[in-house]
Amino acid sequence: MLTRLMMLIALGAALAAAPAEAEYADVVLNNRSEKEGVRPVIFSHWFHRIRFRCKVCHDELGFKMRAGANDVRMVDISNGKFCGMCHNGQIAWGAERCDLCHSGRSGLKSRIHGGHETLGPGRW
Amino acid sequence: MRATSKWLSGSSFRNFFDAVFHKEFVGRRSDKLLRRRVLVLVAALALVAQAPIAAEWVRHWLPLAKDGIHDPKSPALKVLQDPAAALSRLPADRVGNQVNWVAALEQGVINPRTNILPETKVRILDTDILLNLRGGTPIVRFPHRQHTLWLDCSNCHEHLFQSKAGANKFSMERILQGEQCGVCHGAVSFPLTACARCHNTPRDKPLPAAAVRGS
Repeated sequence: MLTRLMMLIALGAALAAAPAEAEYADVVLNNRSEKEGVRPVIFSHWFHRIRFRCKVCHDELGFKMRAGANDVRMVDISNGKFCGMCHNGQIAWGAERCDLCHSGRSGLKSRIHGGHETLGPGRW
Repeated sequence: MRATSKWLSGSSFRNFFDAVFHKEFVGRRSDKLLRRRVLVLVAALALVAQAPIAAEWVRHWLPLAKDGIHDPKSPALKVLQDPAAALSRLPADRVGNQVNWVAALEQGVINPRTNILPETKVRILDTDILLNLRGGTPIVRFPHRQHTLWLDCSNCHEHLFQSKAGANKFSMERILQGEQCGVCHGAVSFPLTACARCHNTPRDKPLPAAAVRGS
């Protein structure tokens, strides 16, 4: 009886728990954030690529194409580098609006998320 | 499918079934066939519910508050756009963001900026390269045009791929590990499960004349 009850609960939980998955290509930046006392940054590729082609950030702005490989510091952003190229209050909101980018859950690791098709053997 | 049926008729699932329905079912051999049929029906319905069939493919995006990475308490959630609001207007795809990003660009549904610095030279190349010429899977026709609409030459050359056709040695294993094409495909651009999008040229037909032969 107990076994059956446990199985019922397990199955119920499996059916009820909707998979919480980041959108494909979302990036978490947390090399420094939480150590500095702010939430991790969530960067969404989908939002940005509607407005900018890959080459803008990955060529002009110098972002390496590997999550976690970029050492992005707030001082650089404030000086107009990296995100600060646009997040300057002119093209997009300025760096003083911390919470809009630093919006992640605590404990997230820097990586790319949401590959619902390929979470495979690779380094993602 | 066979494995699934076997699992469904396995003892654990039978126990569950008995617990859910009627205790009298247990041990009544005449009901065994009926029970198995009901199980198969339930399983089939569950599968259909999980994966909508082609004609009724419905795109669905989780709101940021439920995506598992945003902090539900973050004030940003009152400001930031949910994926569905933007992506549902773009040409559909089955994979990735469920958006065909190249189609979105080519149809003019979106017109993302090509550069911020006025001095940046926007470079487009319209040369197709045939790859995997000696492999077993269909030949890969790599289109530079679609890639350079998004990317600059320097994003791939020369650190990922040499510009000289035929000089590169490709490996699906490395690609699946996030190297070579896998730097983007499987991470941001369409995933590696969409094999035929790259392996798109049959081996037994005349090769496209305009395309350059690579490795």
